[in-house]
Amino acid sequence: MAKYAFFLGCIAPLRYPGIEKSTREVCKALGVELVDLKDASCCPAPGVIRAFNKKTWLAAAARNLALAEKEGLEIVTICNGCYGSLFDAAYELAHEPELLEEVNKILAEIGMHYNGTTKVHHFAEVLHREVGVEKIKEKVTNPLSYQVAAFYGCHFLKPSNIKNIDDPEDPSILDELIEATGAKSMPRKQKVLCCGAGGGLKAAFGDVAKKFTETNLENMKESGAQYIIDVCPFCHLQFDGVQKELGYNIPVLHLSQLIGLSMGMTAEDLALSAHITPVTL
Amino acid sequence: MVTPNPEFAKEIAAAGGEMVKMCFQCGTCTAGCPSGRRTSYRVRKLMRMAQLGLKDEIIASDELWECSTCYTCVERCPRQVPIVDIVVALRNISVAEGHMRPQHKGTAKNFAKIGHTVKVDDKITALRGQIGLAEVPPTVLANEKAMADVSKILALTGFDKIVQE
Repeated sequence: MAKYAFFLGCIAPLRYPGIEKSTREVCKALGVELVDLKDASCCPAPGVIRAFNKKTWLAAAARNLALAEKEGLEIVTICNGCYGSLFDAAYELAHEPELLEEVNKILAEIGMHYNGTTKVHHFAEVLHREVGVEKIKEKVTNPLSYQVAAFYGCHFLKPSNIKNIDDPEDPSILDELIEATGAKSMPRKQKVLCCGAGGGLKAAFGDVAKKFTETNLENMKESGAQYIIDVCPFCHLQFDGVQKELGYNIPVLHLSQLIGLSMGMTAEDLALSAHITPVTL
Repeated sequence: MVTPNPEFAKEIAAAGGEMVKMCFQCGTCTAGCPSGRRTSYRVRKLMRMAQLGLKDEIIASDELWECSTCYTCVERCPRQVPIVDIVVALRNISVAEGHMRPQHKGTAKNFAKIGHTVKVDDKITALRGQIGLAEVPPTVLANEKAMADVSKILALTGFDKIVQE
């Protein structure tokens, strides 16, 4: 049985606990064992903390990576931001010995050390590669008939030269995972357009971020989608939080929540009451 | 009249953006940039300004912070210029010289205070309990020693200076 260190991040546990809950349930049902990565901090966020001070970002990320290394486990994340941050940090530290040495001088001050071995994965990639679409189909007890919009976000697949998961301009793995539940992923324009929230844009220039989101929402509406299915709590927060004022009403679910639903999880278990755009199943 | 500053290239390189010199100004980045379609941010122009050493113009600009780091430009650049890394390097220099948005300072303060970038919300804490999760997530939030370690990393890397008023 596959076993991973479960990295929670910030937005899922502190804003959308149903994403955390459904990830735990879905992984259990699919034979993926999750061990809490205890004492982890924010990844730290690539668009903000890394942009403010790269040394802080790298050292704090290395601390998270070292916690998993000590447990002898590879990390799984449920957020594109955490994935991007930890994957990039792990990549840099595995390829640049001088950086690793510099970071270990800092970690030594807190009694830690990082050998540079931790591998980082995204929940959706683990489901597709390791579990497989067929096994997910077998576990579906409540087949769904929704038409949905698959939203990949940016840091799940890009930069593709180091991540190598799927074609970043025309991806399909999320669509395949979605369709395993019985739902139909609707084709639409500009499928890989950023939600607008990343890079500190949501915080500093929220109106610009909303313009990105609005284009996405219009394309999703035109496609006939009844739900937005994301793989990132930050994209999730952006779509969920700003669409009312933009005049849209398309409920948002994380992939883990959609699969949880198809396996019989209830609205209560998915903590849908935390969603700002009402989710009526 | 602007004065090019050749020393700036060294600063950018030290911050991790040395590959900016590889940009040959084709404009593929700007053509595909979703922010550029909605703001006055122009990736090609930023790369050229960085090459020329127009430090003061760059570090005080709003445009530097209008990139959502979506990596579309990086995917399409025919010279494989790691544009997002260069934007990050320029932002690091900008922050080090005191140009930081108040909203970003808020995010940085949350991280410095509790090790997470968003605050704890009582309603969500209760909801966590209701669905059978630990009310306090098993992160730095649940272990003071772990948070002390994160604080030490922040102090050792100069992050505490960023969050000071």
